[in-house]
Amino acid sequence: MDPSRRAPRAAIDPVPKFRQVGFFAPPERSQSGPPDPTHSSPPISSSLSPVMIPPPRHLSDNLLLHARPTVSPLRPDSSTAAATAGTSFDAADFFPALPSPAPSSSYSSRISGEGGFFNGGARGSGAKVAASSFPRGGFDLTAMKASVVPASELTTVSVVNDSLGIPEKEKGNKGGGSSVEVKDQSNSSKQQKPKTSKAERRALQEAQRAAKAAAKAEGNKASGTAASVNAKSAKAVKPAQKVDNAAVAASEKKGAEIPPEKDRKKDAPQPRMQYDDKSRVEKAKRRAVVKQTEARNRVELFRHLPQYEHGSQLPDLEARFFHLSPVHPAVYKVGLQYLTGDISGANARCIAMLQAFQEAIKDYKVPLEKTLVRDLTAKVSSYVSFLIECRPLSISMGNAIRFLKSRIAKLPLTLSESEAKASLQSDIVRFISEKIILANKVIVKHAVTKIRDGDVLLTYGSSSAVEMILLHAHELGRQFRVVVVDSRPKHRGQLLLRRLVEKGLSCTYTHINAVSYIMHEVTRVFLGASSVLSNGTVYSRVGTACVAMVAHAFRVPVIVCCEAYKFHERVQLDSICSNELGSPDKRACNCKRIWERTALPYTGVTIPRITKPPKMTIKMPKELTRSASLE
Amino acid sequence: MPDVQTLVNEFVNQLKKRKIEGSQATAKLTAELLRSVISQQRVPHTNQATALIIAVRAVGEQLIAANPVELAVGNIVRRVLHIIREEDLSLATAAMAGLGVSAASDDEDDVERDENSALSAAAVAAAARSTLRPPSLQTLLEDTSESAVAPHTSSSGGESDGRSRSVEKGSRSRKLKHDVIEAVNELIQDICTCYEQIAEQAVEHIHHNEVILTLGSSKTVLEFLYAAKEKQRSFKVFVAEGAPRYQGHILAKELAARGLQTTIITDSAVFAMISRVNMVIVGAHAVMSNGGVIAPVGLNMVALAAQRHAVPFVVLAGSHKLCPLYPHNPEVLLNELRSPSELLDFGEFSDCMDSANGTGSLHVVNPTFDYVPPKLVSLFITDTGGHNPSYMYRLIADYYSADDLVVKRRPTTVSCV
Repeated sequence: MDPSRRAPRAAIDPVPKFRQVGFFAPPERSQSGPPDPTHSSPPISSSLSPVMIPPPRHLSDNLLLHARPTVSPLRPDSSTAAATAGTSFDAADFFPALPSPAPSSSYSSRISGEGGFFNGGARGSGAKVAASSFPRGGFDLTAMKASVVPASELTTVSVVNDSLGIPEKEKGNKGGGSSVEVKDQSNSSKQQKPKTSKAERRALQEAQRAAKAAAKAEGNKASGTAASVNAKSAKAVKPAQKVDNAAVAASEKKGAEIPPEKDRKKDAPQPRMQYDDKSRVEKAKRRAVVKQTEARNRVELFRHLPQYEHGSQLPDLEARFFHLSPVHPAVYKVGLQYLTGDISGANARCIAMLQAFQEAIKDYKVPLEKTLVRDLTAKVSSYVSFLIECRPLSISMGNAIRFLKSRIAKLPLTLSESEAKASLQSDIVRFISEKIILANKVIVKHAVTKIRDGDVLLTYGSSSAVEMILLHAHELGRQFRVVVVDSRPKHRGQLLLRRLVEKGLSCTYTHINAVSYIMHEVTRVFLGASSVLSNGTVYSRVGTACVAMVAHAFRVPVIVCCEAYKFHERVQLDSICSNELGSPDKRACNCKRIWERTALPYTGVTIPRITKPPKMTIKMPKELTRSASLE
Repeated sequence: MPDVQTLVNEFVNQLKKRKIEGSQATAKLTAELLRSVISQQRVPHTNQATALIIAVRAVGEQLIAANPVELAVGNIVRRVLHIIREEDLSLATAAMAGLGVSAASDDEDDVERDENSALSAAAVAAAARSTLRPPSLQTLLEDTSESAVAPHTSSSGGESDGRSRSVEKGSRSRKLKHDVIEAVNELIQDICTCYEQIAEQAVEHIHHNEVILTLGSSKTVLEFLYAAKEKQRSFKVFVAEGAPRYQGHILAKELAARGLQTTIITDSAVFAMISRVNMVIVGAHAVMSNGGVIAPVGLNMVALAAQRHAVPFVVLAGSHKLCPLYPHNPEVLLNELRSPSELLDFGEFSDCMDSANGTGSLHVVNPTFDYVPPKLVSLFITDTGGHNPSYMYRLIADYYSADDLVVKRRPTTVSCV
């Protein structure tokens, strides 16, 4: 199978480097569900399809689509694509970070941001259809639809793609060592499969419903002609069960269910608040619940970031507890816990927030002359802005909030108040258990396979996922040693160290400066992440980049563990673009603020272009070289 | 002699207990100690140089053994040895010149002839020097006449050539010692003022509105930055605090007191900040012959980050930090592990640290130094100017003679390590 796959890849070689950038996952995923037999020839085309099939944007494309079913699946496809590449579309459109030229109005804005995901989805569905029967294909299409709703990251992550890119790349870069990782990836994808399908099936149902409505709307529009054509072609194609066609159909459907202009605008991520924009800051201040005093010594470089005196909010908040009527006590409590740092870590914060919201929803009553959907959304927004004032949201929380809001917005009007509340609460519970807890379990399950006897594992700070992995591996009786690297702002590593030592793991503790000393003995680096951004950047606790960089310099594989719900479509080139500034620490206070001091406890780590996150765990050994070769 | 021995023992003790910190202080103290050793050393009439060398070596061996990681000690010992050799050589050539002159004056009292012979003797001396020192840019540019003049003016051997004719051997021996002590004094002077010469070059490297990153505390860096500030350059300085000793705080405090815009960042934020930094300027613990740097812990990380973002990584080093050795596995062999108490508070994990009771043992690693390989260094700034890492071996060859690289008398054991 392998050689057959590789051949077409060589054929489309001009693109390949580029292809790695997008979200890819191994095709082996498709094997997990259905059996393999059908797999032998289609995968070729599945690997081709993402690059070759033009998105159905123009009439020319549609014509193409019509033409396609008649031709044999593989070669003609690539040839037509090659022929049209110059004119009707370019392959670049498929990649998330690139703005699409998109001449037709209805597709224009969407594609640039999420187009990559969609196309990825198309690809994935292509692969799946190839392997399975028709209904599966339909299922995957809807998975993509789900990504229209705010919860998009959640589904896009599950996008299936080919792993072809990985082996080739890694071989090119480092020869033998890579093969392990690759295999692992395929393994991992297999394991993850059942879980996603569950989650997606639900999403599917939702999305299908939405799609129908959207398709109707679309049909009424002026551009409806194109859409209908596409739909027709899609219908014609499907029975043929040809991979690329299915993929086309997928993209078609996606096209069809893109919401009308207005919604789409909302969907585009808003530019983040820039704190050097005076008028906006003023506005925000007026709305603010918590009065924050600005830092006296503002650091010029961080003008665009909020710089406040730390520790000043707490007494203020306490004093005004009774004036803060709109904030539910549970939310208030969580906010304070954020503020004091009692709850930290992306997962913990997210779970705490969701539980508080659950509580708040339970106690919620619809005021007179208001609708639940509108009022509750506003309520949640006010809670969120309160929480933001306590501490800026993590991306995981942002995603969870988007999920919740979309749930609220989608509540059928027919539901009674109590039913709606119950459904929302169960949604929240499900989110926590599936997206966080179950995801963690899956991560642990196959990250453990990467720990072998005699390994020396290095971890930085305190990541819940990594901790679970280590403990689980220890329970399985693996013999390994853990190096806990810590750094100053919070010394979270000490907490982790304490827990690990109590469980009987043999540990080595050191500080971040000594990381290049200790890296000689390390065989594997496990890192947690706050988020993974769509350009492959991992966003994590400050210092993670240093560790990853040193590991790379010492040729040690780095494995980042990140739940899929933390993925985000934003891009960021370095840590200063967007960040949270921590408090200048007490320890430096022996000289009273003579100089400006800043600590960054939460910094974006830019490890540019980790190619393809396969589902849950991202392996990025050598991603630095890879990116170097890309840039 | 017991007087010197007690001095030596005291110094050895201090070195062993790591009471002396910083390569500059160590270098200075070493040089002063060696000076007193030399001055107290009784020299025989013949072979005074050898006697001195043996004495200095004996002491130097002890000192190096006391703290093999403090490379400055070995550097200074080698430099003093080099000084003795040079002075001896210049005296010998001067004597030869004197002999030649006296022979000439015996024949005829022609001044010109005298001059010529002196010149030729000086040329011999220069040639001898050049065997001691490999050729450098300086000797290339200097004419032979200049290099011939040099011994006349600078070296004490030259200026005494008029007198040396009449000088007896006894006074010549005193002369050597005297010259050596003079030269060692000069060396001490150099060590004390090296940062001034380095700071003079600051204006060439730091410009307006630049952002400089440094890590830990270094007097040289402080003076360097301050010198640039004094020249009306306005720039920002980011100081990484340098865990676990947080010497960056000291540096930042000092910089802020001198009116520089200073910001402290944690070490972990180095990678985040480096994209906004124009230049990384750091001090070093020692510079090895291959251009590698033994530096305070954490600098390797900074250097890697700087390389990743193509930020120049500049190392400031006085000449006493130039070590003529080539490092082998320096992260381990030229390193020192400090107390874990700097990382974990006493008692916090003490139950786990007891490795005797088997399971769940905890190690705490707290190294002192990092090794920065030469490929990560963009520029060395020493008191003789800026140099490429690949040039360091050459620069170092100016200060040491090849015979002294191994201080220990038994060449079977590798020196220093």
